[in-house]
Amino acid sequence: MAEAYFPNGLPQPRANPDGLDSPYWDALESDKLIVQRCSNCQTWQWGPEWICHQCHTLDVGWEEVAPRGRIYSWERNWYPNHPALAEAVPYVVVLVELEHAGNIRMLGNLVGDAEREIEIGAEVEAVFEHHEEGDPAYTLVQWKRVE
Amino acid sequence: MTDRTLRAKVAIAGVGETTYYKRGQSPDPEFKLVLKAILAACEDAGISPREIDGFASFSNDRNDPSRLSAALGLAELRFSNMQWGGGGGGASAAIANAAAAVVSGLADCVVAFRGLAQGQFARFGQGARIPGVTGDAAYTLPYGVMSPAQMFAMRSTRLMHEHGIRQEALRAVSLACYHHAQNNPNAVMQGRPLTPEKYDDSRWIVEPFHLYDCCLENDGAAAVIVVAAERAKDLPNKPCYLLGAAIGSGYRDGASVHNQPDYATSTFKTVAPRLFEMAGVSPRDCDVVQSYENFTGAVVMSLIEHGFVSYEEANDALTFDNLIAPSGSLPLNTSGGNLAECYMHGLGLNIEAIRQIRGTSCNQVPDVNVSFVNAGPMVTPVSNAIFGSEETL
Repeated sequence: MAEAYFPNGLPQPRANPDGLDSPYWDALESDKLIVQRCSNCQTWQWGPEWICHQCHTLDVGWEEVAPRGRIYSWERNWYPNHPALAEAVPYVVVLVELEHAGNIRMLGNLVGDAEREIEIGAEVEAVFEHHEEGDPAYTLVQWKRVE
Repeated sequence: MTDRTLRAKVAIAGVGETTYYKRGQSPDPEFKLVLKAILAACEDAGISPREIDGFASFSNDRNDPSRLSAALGLAELRFSNMQWGGGGGGASAAIANAAAAVVSGLADCVVAFRGLAQGQFARFGQGARIPGVTGDAAYTLPYGVMSPAQMFAMRSTRLMHEHGIRQEALRAVSLACYHHAQNNPNAVMQGRPLTPEKYDDSRWIVEPFHLYDCCLENDGAAAVIVVAAERAKDLPNKPCYLLGAAIGSGYRDGASVHNQPDYATSTFKTVAPRLFEMAGVSPRDCDVVQSYENFTGAVVMSLIEHGFVSYEEANDALTFDNLIAPSGSLPLNTSGGNLAECYMHGLGLNIEAIRQIRGTSCNQVPDVNVSFVNAGPMVTPVSNAIFGSEETL
């Protein structure tokens, strides 16, 4: 199991009570990355929504995608604006583009040395970070460089 | 031009601002600050507060028009409007909505206002102290993306990557704002000048934003009174007309988790052309520019997307010398703006745009006839406005 990127104490993600994104969070528990893909017109869609923005079907499906992508943009954070981050700076957030899934983008932390140079376009793969201590338990998708 | 326009249909009767405070330092609660700003705007306009019959605000302002109406003893409340959307993207929209109410006959005298007391309520720049999050926040907060600076830094990085924009362009915006604040007695940063060295040495908040690339957090309130254009000549101030305004965002700009198809944008690409079309002017005609700084990178995007400079020109054109009044070719944020006057969610920048038409800015540009302002880059919806002198009618 991957070591957590941050110490405990940040707000924990929870599935939306209306059920919109429960499939995503459930799949992460078993190290599967799934995103929305329209059952009717095959359009990829992220973040989750109740309708396909392309064909307006309300039957938007989910599809497993290869857990990899390229860094589309990034930021290195130096100011801890939450008590749980006090000892965690600097830390890096990357926006990852999934070319094989309609160029949707996902956000996460870039594991490894936070002060290392970051290259837009670099290939990354997902790391499933399980939080059994969560209330309820949850899994975060993080990213690491493909060396 | 169609009849469906705001051009020259309304005038700004009065503007009012409280003292601007560092966050948490206002001696007054937020609602009282708003009342003070409204009374100041009425005094400036030379009208009785009882003439007000409508309110327009933005960003989920907490100061409800029904309470304001009761508190001020208004005979009748005829317009009560909230522009949806977070951040300051609604600052010019509130004025536009007030104008729309006046033009359409829904109301006669509408106040666009904003009040903020971050000591009384939560700060913008701090992460939420809550155990769990759902919806969009579930995809960002657990990764340490909690504040506006953190939400928008990656867009600026992408802009710099795609177009070769240099840190010096961001720095020039900040230097110009701090320079202008030194002449503004109500600027929170008056007496705290900024130098290139001080900027370079300042700590990173989140790359590419140094401390001085980020807006302030303040307490205060501001108000703008909108009336029909024909009243302008009977009012005490030099007439200032609304020439145009626009509100909105483009295709899926509101897609969540940073999935807007056009990422490195201030959200003005579709909004800017509508503004200039309504106002009947071009970017070249604008004598002075107030461009909302949540973060300097967004100002660079906004200036480009409004056609004041091109992507290719940005590094050379966005220099301190070019951005300062009165001598620069593109005088920018002449009150000090959100970086150095006060973060009143952009309503202060709108008031400064009006002062430039009146000729009463602390950093007056000579002979201003066309005065530009925008609000809320990178959020959705954004808004903008152009004010004009009588010569532009």
